[in-house]
Amino acid sequence: MPAIYADHAATTPLHPEVAEAMIESMKNPAGNPSSVHEYGRRARKRLDGARRTVASSINANPKEIVWTSGGTESNNLALRGFMHANQERGKHLVTSAIEHHAVLHTARALEKEGFEVTYVHPDEQGVVPVEKIMEAVTGETILVSLMYVNNETGVVQPVHEAAETLAQRGIAFHTDMVQAYGQLPFNVKETPVTMATMTAHKINGPAGAGCLFVRQGTKVRPELTGGEQERKRRAGTENVAAVEGFARAAELQRNSLEERRQELESLRSAFLAELDRHGVLYQINGEHAEKSPHILNVYFPGIQLESFLVQMDMEGVAVSSGSACTAGTVEPSHVLEAMYGKDARIYESVRFSFGYGNTVEDMKTAAQAAAKINRKMKEKEALK
Amino acid sequence: MYFDNSATTQPYQEVLSAYRKASESYFANPSSFHHKGGEAERLLETARGQIGRELNVKPERCFFTSGGTEGNNMVLKGTAEARKNIGRHIITTAVEHPSVMKTCVYLEEKGYRVTYLPVGRDGRINTKDLHKALEPDTILVTIGHTNSEIGAVQPIEAIGEILSSYQDIYFHTDYVQGAAKIPLNIEKAGLDFVTVSAHKFHGLKGTGVLYKRPGTILEPLIHGGGQESGVRSGTENTAGAAAMAKAFRLAKESYAANSSRVEEIKDWTALRLQESGGVINSPFSGGSPFILNVSFPGIKPEVLVEALAERGASISTKTACASKNSEPSVVILAATGERELAESAVRISFSADTKKEEAAHLCSMCEEVLPQLKKVMEEQQ
Repeated sequence: MPAIYADHAATTPLHPEVAEAMIESMKNPAGNPSSVHEYGRRARKRLDGARRTVASSINANPKEIVWTSGGTESNNLALRGFMHANQERGKHLVTSAIEHHAVLHTARALEKEGFEVTYVHPDEQGVVPVEKIMEAVTGETILVSLMYVNNETGVVQPVHEAAETLAQRGIAFHTDMVQAYGQLPFNVKETPVTMATMTAHKINGPAGAGCLFVRQGTKVRPELTGGEQERKRRAGTENVAAVEGFARAAELQRNSLEERRQELESLRSAFLAELDRHGVLYQINGEHAEKSPHILNVYFPGIQLESFLVQMDMEGVAVSSGSACTAGTVEPSHVLEAMYGKDARIYESVRFSFGYGNTVEDMKTAAQAAAKINRKMKEKEALK
Repeated sequence: MYFDNSATTQPYQEVLSAYRKASESYFANPSSFHHKGGEAERLLETARGQIGRELNVKPERCFFTSGGTEGNNMVLKGTAEARKNIGRHIITTAVEHPSVMKTCVYLEEKGYRVTYLPVGRDGRINTKDLHKALEPDTILVTIGHTNSEIGAVQPIEAIGEILSSYQDIYFHTDYVQGAAKIPLNIEKAGLDFVTVSAHKFHGLKGTGVLYKRPGTILEPLIHGGGQESGVRSGTENTAGAAAMAKAFRLAKESYAANSSRVEEIKDWTALRLQESGGVINSPFSGGSPFILNVSFPGIKPEVLVEALAERGASISTKTACASKNSEPSVVILAATGERELAESAVRISFSADTKKEEAAHLCSMCEEVLPQLKKVMEEQQ
């Protein structure tokens, strides 16, 4: 049985070089970076080196990087931290209906705390139009949060245009770029975002490490209080080894951005070509939108989703129905629902996501498995 | 020579191997539906089971966090928010770690009232003071188990006994300096929440556990995918959790086996440093065997730390999370009431592997360095 992992949007395998860097980091005695002695200083130096690497990957100043425990914490810090610190200027947040739960549930928590939130819907292609965001903006709006690449469909959002438009209006802008980081080029000098969320485990780095870019001069209330780490923006002993792993992963991604893009494109086309060759009936969700090449969300009309996933798994192909955080329960995707309404399509779509370790052969095998299961389901349906 | 084990500890070799193996073979997202996700989830649950066993509690009461600071923030802010309609009064002590202390200050800014119980020369609270501090709208008592600077161990079970007649008050202890080192009977003490961090017992930074008794309600600090039964969102750090479980078991064995040996080293070191003019701030008995705090009046602690560092020994001034500022130690001030001691304290913290020769070597270094430093200080004045 082949073991093909096609769920890279949920999490990615640790790159061997990253593992190496981390084990090295943990082995060489390094203290608590806040300690003033030699061990502590050594840890501090490593932490700062990693900070420079990650900062430079988006052309930021190292001071603008706040280490966190991952994407969820970064999104919480961006939204709650910013809204609370700046509420005297207004209490309105604009975000989209297709954000990750780390943003959506934080927005709900803010509503409970007395803030007002508007959720802008995407068009049928899964794109949240900047005009619709601007229609939602009021005099009370102090922050807009829009993800860069949707984690379920891979659809690229107009982050650059939104950032520029909002910058002109003097409204802060946050982007959850967890799925875009390492896939699409991004430069905070060119795109005037106020804050941006990144995480290591989506780019073959370790789980438990992430960061928030916070542009200089931005007021953010710390969500974790205690020691004065991270310029008082995030208390807690810094996770040196994980952060060094993150930096190594960022470097690897950065050095191979174009090369990997081509690779992913070829994996994706091999997969689709194989589906076509088997005459599978399917549609790509967000077909006409610009998409990150690592995510492909496919509608197979008439499939039983849960059974499809189980059978794919038995064929040795790991895929998912949507974001892993909701995947434990196979509930319809809020993203597809926002795009297509309560259509059958949202119950019959599968997310394939590609990355490190996948080969063209793997993709053909995965497509063959999908084709086989699809055919079996159709036959069963016909016999009913 | 590393004498700063209260700041952080060297991960065990086996812990690194466990981390590496888990992150290679069980990298999938435990929330994923597929087989690989299921394997990762099982490993996560195995780790939870082991940690529950080490803490002697039911595994389903253990929730993974990013560490001690997060655990403490979750309890304090989470209780304050979830119970604001019941009451707005919190009781803590004057000697807590910054992750509790600063969070209390933050809550005061938000309109909560906080009572900071005083401590005696031994660093412990008087339970009578706790009795007096209780108010009808007290919602939380948070008292650290082992003090990170002087090693005083609070009478947690006695406090629990008092609080057992107040069903409505949550009881939390920051057990970061005690876990795997000093036993605590969580259920007997009637604790609702217990904070644990792995990097203090040779696990990895960025991993920790919060014990949470069922029926208690915390407003989550981090919202999102609803992992950890909604208590803490965010993709689980499976490999980190597995490494923590490993570290917990190994450390508990090793610290239990070496506790009295290290305590002797500590007492011996204390006596010898007293001969060099040191004033011992740690309690003489009943404290952590692994933390020795001593003041050398007239000597700036940063200067002593630096001088010892040049000679290859790492000690610290205060708790690492507060060591950037050169203010007098809040803890020593609360315990001794003497500013001079609070301005000249250093912390020497041992692990289960500390050897007597190392301590002897450290003492010799102090004996060599202290007269020189004294001379310099006198010349400056």
